[in-house]
Amino acid sequence: MIRFENVTKVYDQNARPALDSVSLEIERGEFTFLVGASGSGKSTFLRLVLREDRATSGTVYVAGQNVAKISSWRVPRLRRGIGVVFQDFRLLPQKNVFANVAFAMQVIGKSRSVIRETVPEILKTVGLEGKERRMPHELSGGEQQRVAIARAVVNRPGILLADEPTGNLDPITSMGIMGVLDKINQNGTTVVMATHDDDIVNEMRKRVVELKNGVVIRDEAQALYTSMIPVVGQSRRLKDASGAEIRRAESKLTEPRNENPREGGQR
Amino acid sequence: MRLAFILGEIGSGLRRNLSMVVSVILVTFVSLTFVGAAGLLQMQINQMKGYWYDKVQVAIFLCNETSTAPGCAAGSVTPEQKNNLEKLLASPAVKQYINDFQFESKEEAYGHFKEQFSNSPIVDSVTPDQLPASFRLSMKDPEKYQIISETFSSQPGVESVTDQRKLLERLFSWMNTASLAAVGIAAVMIVCAVLLIATTIRLSAFSRRRETGIMRLVGASKMVIQLPFIMEGVIAAVAGALLASVTLWLVAHFWLGETLSRQIPDTPFISGAQALIIAPLLIALGGGLAGMSSLLTLRRYLKV
Repeated sequence: MIRFENVTKVYDQNARPALDSVSLEIERGEFTFLVGASGSGKSTFLRLVLREDRATSGTVYVAGQNVAKISSWRVPRLRRGIGVVFQDFRLLPQKNVFANVAFAMQVIGKSRSVIRETVPEILKTVGLEGKERRMPHELSGGEQQRVAIARAVVNRPGILLADEPTGNLDPITSMGIMGVLDKINQNGTTVVMATHDDDIVNEMRKRVVELKNGVVIRDEAQALYTSMIPVVGQSRRLKDASGAEIRRAESKLTEPRNENPREGGQR
Repeated sequence: MRLAFILGEIGSGLRRNLSMVVSVILVTFVSLTFVGAAGLLQMQINQMKGYWYDKVQVAIFLCNETSTAPGCAAGSVTPEQKNNLEKLLASPAVKQYINDFQFESKEEAYGHFKEQFSNSPIVDSVTPDQLPASFRLSMKDPEKYQIISETFSSQPGVESVTDQRKLLERLFSWMNTASLAAVGIAAVMIVCAVLLIATTIRLSAFSRRRETGIMRLVGASKMVIQLPFIMEGVIAAVAGALLASVTLWLVAHFWLGETLSRQIPDTPFISGAQALIIAPLLIALGGGLAGMSSLLTLRRYLKV
């Protein structure tokens, strides 16, 4: 669903690259955590998927398309296939819950009847039944984030990108949000979540991609936030690292890299 | 749905930015009024030039029954006198100064008169008999008018020889100067209007950056995002152009048509209807400039 091939992104010629030759593949329907310190390149990764930025070198494929080759007037179509959630919710303060979610459908020209049908449905999915007429400031942080998630997925995108969606929330509320994201993932949406929240990552036991200084230093399935406690960690880390290596080698063997993005998309 | 949405966005943009929108309307109104005034002056000049102005320089009016000039004491011009004049015009002594000449009968004169004074009440009180027949001369060198005048003024059957251009040219040069001044002021005002529109759109885009950011993320097309802003500028400018058109029409209809044409009945004035010809041009100019400046501003300040 998302594939990075030797992607490097340089913002400033004099500084180190934000992403340094990153190769990574995220399959359709996967739930992936992107972890790493601030400045490790998580946000750059998400921006490249959204084509907010273009890679300095290397290729980014999203849903089988090389995003660098998408002409600017077709970028909106790419973005319709991607939902985005932020740490600061980004709701429209003068619109109520229903209108905030409906806004995402209005701007891409959905008919009023479709909106009236879909929005309550999606609000039910995120657990906001009966709160359609509330204004954002009347909601708790967790509820606001649920509205933002509803807005991100109301057009049924294949990919949901979440940039520290629980960054402003307490642990219990965060777990509630994770439940919503998990439910959306169960429905077949590929979820990529950048986070600092170790509790959540440890609780969920999903794939973890760790970035450091723009380089992928770990890529594990069903992993924890850090690769185990240091004492036991020495052996475990080696095993994990080699495991990741094998995983990547396998993918090279079974899925030969193809220059044609269409074929890539059929996977 | 999308149209309703865009209209709603335009409405909310206009409401939120009301004071800026009003200033855009006023500035475009003033600037386009000056543009229109220059246009009206040029139209007025054309109106006054009448049928013959660009074709001839000198008119030799022949006597008719009502002529009071001393040369016309014998009454209306006779066919014989007219033939003599024609011969004289064709003689080498005169021919070297003129390119061409034409005869305008009373009926033709009446036709041209009616056309030129169509907006004036005077047209109802004039009959073909009151208008003199004339020879219209096209000069090789307009400066040689004096020679023609001396040759023909004393001929029998000639009421008068006039150099119509001379009379009008002074007035026209004054009017041309005035319209140049109007164009100059208009140019400065248009620059103001364009910059003001750009600033307004920039503010509007800034105050709605949340919405546009979300629109971008959920994949709204460039048109859906930008059109409300562009239309905001265009609507304000078109409103200003409409005000300018109405003002010009009021001036042409009431001041020129009702007041001046009564005070100076022998001068043809443009009508309110003719002034309206300028309206679509002003609206197109206002709308076009606003659209352009909005578009350029958005390209810089609204990422899509």
